[in-house]
Amino acid sequence: MENIDFSLVDWSRAQFALTAMYHWLFVPLTLGLSFIIAFMETLYVKTGNSEWKRITKFWMTLFGINFAIGVATGIILEFEFGTNWSNYSWFVGDIFGAPLAIEGIMAFFLESTFIAVMFFGWNKVSKKFHLVSTWLVAIGSNLSALWILVANGWMQNPTGMRFNPDTARNEMVNFWQVLFNPVSINKFLHTISSGYVLASIFVIGVSAWYLLKNREHQLAKKSMIVASVFGLLTTAFVVLTGDGSARNMAKYQPMKFAAMENLYVGQQNAPLVAIGILKEDSKETLHKKQDFRFQIEIPNMLSYMAFLDPNAYVPGIKDIVHGNPEHNILSFQQRSEKGKIAIRALSDYRNAKKAGNDSLAKVSQATFEANYANFGYGYYAGRDVHELIPNIPMTFYSFRIMVGMGVHFGALFLVILLLTLKNKIDKKRFILYTALWTIPLAYIAAELGWIVAEMGRQPWVIQDILPTIAAVSQLKSTSVQITFWMFFILFTGLLIAEIRIMTTSIKIGPTEDLKDSVKN
Amino acid sequence: MFEAFSYISLQQYWWMIVSLLGAILVFLMFVQGGQTLIYTIGKTNEERTLLINLLGRKWEFTFTTLVTFGGAFFASFPLFYSTSFGGAYWVWILILFAFIVQAVSYEYRSKVNNFLGKRTYETFLLLNGIIAPLLIGTAVATFFTGSQFSVNMNNITLLTGDKMPVISEWKGLAHGLEAALNPHNLLLGLTVLFLARVLALLYFMNRIKHAAMMERVKKQLLFNAIPFVVFFLSFVIWTLLSSGFAVNPSTGVVSIESFKYLHNLLQMPVVAILLVLGVALVLLGIIRPLLFFEKCSTKGIWLAGLGTILTVFSLFLLAGFNHTAYYPSTFDLQSSLTIANSSSSQYTLTAMSYVSLLVPFVLAYIWIAWRAIDNKKIDMEELNNESHTY
Ligand code: HDD
Ligand code: HEM
Ligand code: HEM
Repeated sequence: MENIDFSLVDWSRAQFALTAMYHWLFVPLTLGLSFIIAFMETLYVKTGNSEWKRITKFWMTLFGINFAIGVATGIILEFEFGTNWSNYSWFVGDIFGAPLAIEGIMAFFLESTFIAVMFFGWNKVSKKFHLVSTWLVAIGSNLSALWILVANGWMQNPTGMRFNPDTARNEMVNFWQVLFNPVSINKFLHTISSGYVLASIFVIGVSAWYLLKNREHQLAKKSMIVASVFGLLTTAFVVLTGDGSARNMAKYQPMKFAAMENLYVGQQNAPLVAIGILKEDSKETLHKKQDFRFQIEIPNMLSYMAFLDPNAYVPGIKDIVHGNPEHNILSFQQRSEKGKIAIRALSDYRNAKKAGNDSLAKVSQATFEANYANFGYGYYAGRDVHELIPNIPMTFYSFRIMVGMGVHFGALFLVILLLTLKNKIDKKRFILYTALWTIPLAYIAAELGWIVAEMGRQPWVIQDILPTIAAVSQLKSTSVQITFWMFFILFTGLLIAEIRIMTTSIKIGPTEDLKDSVKN
Repeated sequence: MFEAFSYISLQQYWWMIVSLLGAILVFLMFVQGGQTLIYTIGKTNEERTLLINLLGRKWEFTFTTLVTFGGAFFASFPLFYSTSFGGAYWVWILILFAFIVQAVSYEYRSKVNNFLGKRTYETFLLLNGIIAPLLIGTAVATFFTGSQFSVNMNNITLLTGDKMPVISEWKGLAHGLEAALNPHNLLLGLTVLFLARVLALLYFMNRIKHAAMMERVKKQLLFNAIPFVVFFLSFVIWTLLSSGFAVNPSTGVVSIESFKYLHNLLQMPVVAILLVLGVALVLLGIIRPLLFFEKCSTKGIWLAGLGTILTVFSLFLLAGFNHTAYYPSTFDLQSSLTIANSSSSQYTLTAMSYVSLLVPFVLAYIWIAWRAIDNKKIDMEELNNESHTY
């Protein structure tokens, strides 16, 4: 298709990926730490022990540093749908805009109002009011996650809408189907619980550093107990919901699933490759096929994981690209023909309507509706269908590293909890170092999760309906390139500032709040 | 309940909500105005810290209102979102940049080892203080003056040729920055900038107990109120005398009508009353403390704030109601956006209207929370006793 400016599409994608991944560096800590602080403050109010207050205030300082940059990186994402994905904003704005607006009204105000009470209210409001405010901050930040993930989940599995040919866009017909989209619900649970895990790792890692430096024993051990209990429970939840995510993926996004598993040829009793190293087949030019250089398989496991049935058939990349009549799978070729018919029919419909030819309009509309499920494929008519395959090594490895980390985190929480309860944690320097160095791993796992989810769905912005090439704004590629670098420099500068302020604040440690401890 | 509304009344309801959010946003930009006055009012380090702490407790509020304004506009008028944001790219990107740097500055400015240095964060606050009101004002002025773009839904069916399958195309040379070259637009930008500074000064009067600073605040109030009034009146008069973009309600055809905005004002007496009332309240809010400082310095922000909200609200209604295209295209008149042709579907507007019922609750808890922590004026001593300072 000579009418697509690929450089524009690529820079727009790069910019979205850059800004989203920066945002996600700060969001999970906000999600999780807000609850951990709320637990700690609850303990303070329940026991009246001012040590808990000191602990709460210390983590709250770190929370504030992280929160500020989370807000800074968030605003750009909200407006980027308009600035860089303008076609998308019209095509699905009728459905997609609503969650963003609800998020603002329901969640962001809750968060920002009570965060002020949380920080400035210590000496001004009652203990109860303050505690409630802290809880409301936690609830508010998690509510904001709900709405944006409803929006994102809907993009992976569009439901509750109908295309209106007169307005040339998708329109919502059922709000509840959008809200209770199974993909969205699962995604929400998996994503917030990954934030809880990350925050627990953060608290444990920082506490471990204090113990290694022989400082702040009380604070460190008390914090470790809270965080490891929370972390252990939420890791179980992450694993459970991650499994649910994979099952949803097999059902709604089979290509993403096949790519994530590097499954070329579909099969019954498909094995799961637990660990594998890929090798690009250099002879193949079209398929970019990845062979295994080495693999460890668990028999039948993939079929079981995907469909809860060891005998189930799991389609492979080849089946999805080239079709498999035996299993009722259309090829990309067929689907792009159908998509092209839908696009043409839409054009015919609109022209007929304009010309006042109602009978032609009716026929065209029927053709359109019969082929709408493949609408997005139409943009690939006449193109190399292999463009519809996502990046396999990236999704394959990212997924395995994320899952591996999940196991590591669970084990670490368990060990830390047991050692702290037995009061032996101070001596176990190896464990303490491990906890410290697990902090960056938690961030890596969380970012890789998004890489699986977002790169795996390429080239779709809305699964099967709108590809990235038709979603962009009509801009000069150089403009987007300039803003990409502007964001890159600015966000990197701010990230460095955040890390330095954070580490310095940790080194300074909790400040002794004499005034407060006398008062309470 | 909202199911009983007609499509057009839902569209009007949502235009009013968006207008109200825009109006509240302009009021809350006193934070931005204040950021441009830190060095004018604060002569010592301590005084500047006091000012920054005062503004620092409110910035998030302005920020969140901007985000919600954007989200509500997207949900209710998605075609505006896609046409304006994707088209006037550089204006919006610069505005967003100004808000990104603001969001970290309060928290990071006074922290040890903050990488960029205190001065840089203060410069960020200054940049945000100037760019945000100036460019937002300029962008809103295009509601009256128009922009160059075309919208064609058929474009999404383009599979070949030399055009991308994109609905909205911007024809303005500088992707939005050209709006700032039009003096009519710039006048509104400058109005908002000076209004923000005036409101900031009134806010300081309401919140600070510090004699020396109050002297400076009083002097600055006069210096900023004069340009504000001049710019504002020039903009309003120019607009009322200009031609506007009228829509034929039955065919949807857009045409140029002389004195369109004046006609709108005369044909919608309620809007005219709101506008006059708003302007009067703003002026009253400014004049009272200028004349009777001792007695009337604390309430100015409330009078002028309410006045600002009413004025901006009525300007938005002038732009969108009474069969007017609120986002006109001077490149292709028929591409102009009206509240009828750019809105979400009736179903979505209905669903969103239920969500809008939450707004009073939101306002109520904001009120309760702020009263609890902001109950008295602040001075140096008070600041030293705070548990969290910037
Ligand atoms: C799972 C959670 C999650 C995800 C996937 C996203 N965000 Fe986010 N966002 C949050 C969770 C969050 C948060 C935890 O609620 C933040 C982080 C720090 C904060 O202040 O709130 C936030 C802040 C935040 C802000 C600033 C809010 C304010 O005024 O306080 C905006 C405008 C956005 N986000 C918008 C977005 C958009 C458009 C996203 C998608 C592309 C997105 N976020 C992904
Ligand atoms: C904050 C967490 C998120 C992260 C880390 C993330 C990650 C990514 C990445 C890595 C890409 C680039 C994929 C590629 O081009 O290869 C991408 C693209 C995109 N994502 Fe996400 N995403 C996040 C949240 C969301 C959400 C919540 C939405 C929708 C509401 C969303 C919508 C998009 C869109 C529209 C694109 C651009 C089109 C594309 O290139 O796929 N993302 N995201
Ligand atoms: C241990 C078992 C885990 C499994 C089976 C698992 C599974 C998955 C799957 C299949 C996806 C892709 C969902 C989609 O594309 O729609 C995903 C996404 C994601 N994962 Fe995991 N995951 C696990 C652990 C973790 C851990 C430990 C973290 C981080 C601490 C994490 C963070 C994420 C994030 C942030 C996403 C993107 C959001 C989403 O799509 O839900 N996951 N996970």
